[in-house]
Amino acid sequence: MGKRESYTLESASPPVPMFKKILIANRGEIAVRVMRACREMGIPSVAVFSDADRASLHVLKADEAYHIGPAAATESYLKFEKILEAAKRSGADAIHPGYGFLSENAKFAQACADAGVKFIGPVAAAMELMGSKTRARQHMEIAGIPFVPGTSRGLDSGEQAAQVAEKIGYPIMLKAAAGGGGKGMRLVHGPEGLASALESAKSEAQRAFGDGEVYIEKAIVNPRHIEMQILADEHGHTVYLGERECSIQRRHQKVLEESPSPIVNPDMRGRMGEVAVRVAKAAGYTNAGTVEFLVDQEKNFYFLEMNTRLQVEHPVTEQTTGLDLVHLQIRIAAGESLPFRQEDIGVRGHAIECRIYAEDPDNNYFPSPGKIMLLLAPSGPGIRRDSGMYEGWTVPIEYDPLLAKLIGYGTDRTQAISRLVRAMHEYFVGGIKTNISLFQRILRDPEFVAGNVDTGYLDRLLKTSAPAAERGDAGVAVIAAGVFEMLEPMGSSLAAGNGSAASAVSGWKRAARTEAVSNT
Amino acid sequence: MLYDVTIDGRNYRLGLERTDEGWRCQLDGREVLLDAVLARPDVLSVVIEGKAYEIKRERTATDLHLWVGGVRYAAELRDPRSLRSRKGGAGDDTGPRKLIAPMPGKVIRILLQEKAKVEPGQGILVMEAMKMQNEIKSPRKGTIQRILAAEGANVNAGDVLAIVE
Repeated sequence: MGKRESYTLESASPPVPMFKKILIANRGEIAVRVMRACREMGIPSVAVFSDADRASLHVLKADEAYHIGPAAATESYLKFEKILEAAKRSGADAIHPGYGFLSENAKFAQACADAGVKFIGPVAAAMELMGSKTRARQHMEIAGIPFVPGTSRGLDSGEQAAQVAEKIGYPIMLKAAAGGGGKGMRLVHGPEGLASALESAKSEAQRAFGDGEVYIEKAIVNPRHIEMQILADEHGHTVYLGERECSIQRRHQKVLEESPSPIVNPDMRGRMGEVAVRVAKAAGYTNAGTVEFLVDQEKNFYFLEMNTRLQVEHPVTEQTTGLDLVHLQIRIAAGESLPFRQEDIGVRGHAIECRIYAEDPDNNYFPSPGKIMLLLAPSGPGIRRDSGMYEGWTVPIEYDPLLAKLIGYGTDRTQAISRLVRAMHEYFVGGIKTNISLFQRILRDPEFVAGNVDTGYLDRLLKTSAPAAERGDAGVAVIAAGVFEMLEPMGSSLAAGNGSAASAVSGWKRAARTEAVSNT
Repeated sequence: MLYDVTIDGRNYRLGLERTDEGWRCQLDGREVLLDAVLARPDVLSVVIEGKAYEIKRERTATDLHLWVGGVRYAAELRDPRSLRSRKGGAGDDTGPRKLIAPMPGKVIRILLQEKAKVEPGQGILVMEAMKMQNEIKSPRKGTIQRILAAEGANVNAGDVLAIVE
């Protein structure tokens, strides 16, 4: 990557017509994120929603909204016909899939093309190739990309799995071919655990992706997980935008990501970036994508898979490159050329993202849906919050527990960390449990502060007991308990958690306005 | 007003009175210089002898918690002159133990049958919520007395799934 230069986002190629209207086939924070980009670009946005999401934030933020069915995703957010019908009714000429749901479904991309609606993402053929982790491995083998040993085909039987595992040696990793986000993935230490792990990985994959194909990879013990963001236009230009360190995971679900990685220097970034661009070109890839690598202790990197969509953690790249990836996705899909070259792209400062999940840290991180009774949101220098929640909203049980992302940016890693520590102190979500306290712990942990993380880091941290909190303010809590009881008694209707339907609605409106003003 | 407040297992006697000038506060007989305003529902700004605190209140049907800074205190509040009390969560450690659904969701699989012996931490059944499968584990060593949940059943947080004794 070259030094940072000023450049204009205006395309050098002749102006192409922009979309008239964009439908966002998603929900939660990412739907809100994409709608914000649409509004910034002057493009009307269309929300779709299930029964469980009528009052969700993305419906409040959209210009138009269409109901697409019951709460179960298979009957709503995963239903091609319903989404395409909403596109037709609204007159949307493009669909942004967000992440998850249909974002990596090549058949859906093809169905969009057939319906004359632009899918904001790669073409179906590239998705099909990369969307199947097994086919991607076969293809990259031919292109000479370094990757982790294992099968390049799905497993037919338990016996076959046992043979392959024996050959490459335990520990092995079972992975859903259609997978992502840790679903349908199991680490197996020895033959005795293989059969049950295979069965549960298959059933979870079937449930999550409608495809039970599972393959085997040799497990590299405690690797780092580092990924490279790429952008490719439809005129043959492909660039990389720097890496994201995503090693901090719990049950294969990313929890905290940062850019740049503490261990990647400009030389390594250049080499990884070039491989990532080669992967994308080999697949005929267009639009935004992410090439994931496993990095071993000697800093060798292996191609893992390509995510053919916008990633949850894209904001850290936006903060360090100064680019808006959703704007660029839309412009690329509209047919514009990339408005910069590789040497124009620079990485400046440091960004860290914390994923705020509805989970109970005191109860083994069980999901904790429910009504958000109180929401105090952080702001201030270097803080970005991409949120899908608001006070008074009930977090539904049907979907992913990701509520919001808090991103800290600073001139260097130390400043980014201290800003996040400060912001976490300001952040309060009452009524449901969240993992905010986990970040208080990670961000202060000496190993994290030193940048010594790998994919086993979080499990190790959680095995140690949390440093005992200073409980010196018990007297203050006593006084507060009494003052609360006098000013706002627990039984009073003003303070009651479950008000009438009418007051709940006005609470939603109020909270939505507050969010709109304070979300930066 | 007079309150008995229990926090972290310790009992305090709190006297509170609103006056024209503000507040009169006595904590365990000691006079405390207090200023307090309700900033918004469930958020209190308290200034005690010059130190400022933002205090958040969380309550459910049964529990009362107060957050002072990043620390969460389970509180129990009683009016000593009445039987009315506000409880902070309490568990019953004796006798048969109930396996409670920690979240609303669906029972995907039952791993053990009634009368089976279990070790502490051993999975009894698998629940799915928010697209994640979670094993619900035995709270103690013993025998599964009853299984009350059926495979495929939707359950609410707090529902009893099984009883171990």
